[in-house]
Amino acid sequence: MSEALPEFDLARPATVEEAVAARAGAGDARYLAGGTDLVVNMRRGIVAADRLIDLTGIAELDRLDLDGGGTVIGAGVKLAAVAENAEIGARYPAVAEAAAVIAGPQHRKMGTVGGNLCLDTRCVYYNQSEWWRRANDYCLKYRGNVCHVAPGGDRCWAPFSGDLAPALLIHGAEIEIAGADDRRRMALSDLYTDDGADHLTLGDGELVVAVHLPADNWRSAYDKIRVRDSIDFPLAGVAVGLKERATGGPELRIALTGTDSRPVLVDGIAEALADGFDDSTFPAIEKRLKKQVQPMSTTTLNAPYRRTAAAVVAKRLIARLVG
Amino acid sequence: MARIVRLKVNGRARSDAIPDNRLLVDYLRESLRLTGTKMGCDGGECGACTVLVDGEPQLSCLTLAASVDGAEIETVEGLAVNGRLNALQRAFHEKLGSQCGFCTPGMIMSAEGLLRRKSAPDEADIRAALSGNICRCTGYVKIIEAVDAAAAALRGQPA
Ligand SMILES: Cc1cc2nc3c(=O)[nH]c(=O)nc-3n(C[C@H](O)[C@H](O)[C@H](O)COP(=O)(O)OP(=O)(O)OC[C@H]3O[C@@H](n4cnc5c(N)ncnc54)[C@H](O)[C@@H]3O)c2cc1C
Ligand code: FES
Ligand code: FES
Repeated sequence: MSEALPEFDLARPATVEEAVAARAGAGDARYLAGGTDLVVNMRRGIVAADRLIDLTGIAELDRLDLDGGGTVIGAGVKLAAVAENAEIGARYPAVAEAAAVIAGPQHRKMGTVGGNLCLDTRCVYYNQSEWWRRANDYCLKYRGNVCHVAPGGDRCWAPFSGDLAPALLIHGAEIEIAGADDRRRMALSDLYTDDGADHLTLGDGELVVAVHLPADNWRSAYDKIRVRDSIDFPLAGVAVGLKERATGGPELRIALTGTDSRPVLVDGIAEALADGFDDSTFPAIEKRLKKQVQPMSTTTLNAPYRRTAAAVVAKRLIARLVG
Repeated sequence: MARIVRLKVNGRARSDAIPDNRLLVDYLRESLRLTGTKMGCDGGECGACTVLVDGEPQLSCLTLAASVDGAEIETVEGLAVNGRLNALQRAFHEKLGSQCGFCTPGMIMSAEGLLRRKSAPDEADIRAALSGNICRCTGYVKIIEAVDAAAAALRGQPA
């Protein structure tokens, strides 16, 4: 037998309300979507739960609404469906491009939008077997007292490496959240904080129901660097958006994943572009980008390389969009 | 907790009491003794456990059996036609797409998913469809040739 999963009970709710209710009252309960992150982590012993709430039977989460002005993508929509949807590809190219390069084909058939946005942070000291972590006295993120990446500090630096978030940030996404008493909407960027051990701002038992994207005319693109192009997580992932304006130069947005404990929407791009595109524009953008990301030694590639590579990917994508 | 789970496995309807925490791969291998499906890693990395869930290649090592209640599961054991290897199995054998054989059932199930969607895949399609399956022996060239040959055979063309 495979390394058996610890004991838990499984709830299979049919509605969002039932799912949220199933979470209340259970000690350590977790939502289970495609399981391509959660089940891996449970098998490795880095996530424990005594109840799993399986979201795959909830029809509302499969909603994909492209008819109106904006777009609604349910949290349960599969990554493969996002990657293959021609309408998403036309309206929000970076979103489809990001979905298409997440993990391998089997994961994309199983993994969901909600699971990707709520993906756990990752680190070479964390995503390891029990005996490996024990030999290291564990780490600050789980069971230990020290972050081996920055032992003098008091925080965990594990980066968030979901590919969809930066692409959705470029397009001004909001998320719809269900809690015990009500539903609310907030900017996607407010879902995250820069703490690798606790990077989501969701309240106890809150469930991501859907992503709402405004109708916009941003053109966009996504790319990432990784060790194996066939399957790996981003060591730095970059989404770029470009919008032509009637007067003045184009507007530009850049967002990154894989570098920090939260996805980063780079600030101050408008100032760098104030005089339109010329030879000095990219160096000005590059300076801002490099200053605002803080990759650490959390992966097999070193931090300075990831910072430099992120800027190179951004530059290539900008060139592609300005084209 | 255990619950009654209804599945169709390789065409046969089943109804079994399955613990909530049981992975689909363990249910197939341990309860049904369908040991064609392999476990090649500690979760999600290698593709050796790939089976078809409602026709789509998925990883049985990350799937709870109880969460696919009602689904149709196909494993490598279900592919033979009247006791004879199907086109993909035969091509893997004839084109040397299999060496130690450990990755082969997963490779074949990923390829089977592809050929059902696309009868004339090009090399890029084959590579993309198999990109979640790792092989330590063959170097992949022979695997890609095997899938190509099987597709041609199914279309009635000489390989
Ligand atoms: C080999 C391998 C390679 C991978 N490569 C990549 C990659 O390149 N890029 C990438 O981004 N990911 C990658 N992944 C991770 C994963 O496959 C994807 O991020 C996937 O989108 C996760 O979605 P899921 O539905 O499977 O999530 P699950 O594993 O089901 O859940 C993940 C987390 O989100 C929570 N959650 C799920 N849905 C909701 C919801 N609606 N509301 C609130 N919380 C929720 C769960 O409780 C859990 O904590 C990889 C995984 C593996 C095994
Ligand atoms: S056993 Fe390796 S991916 Fe499932
Ligand atoms: S034939 Fe040995 S792993 Fe592929």
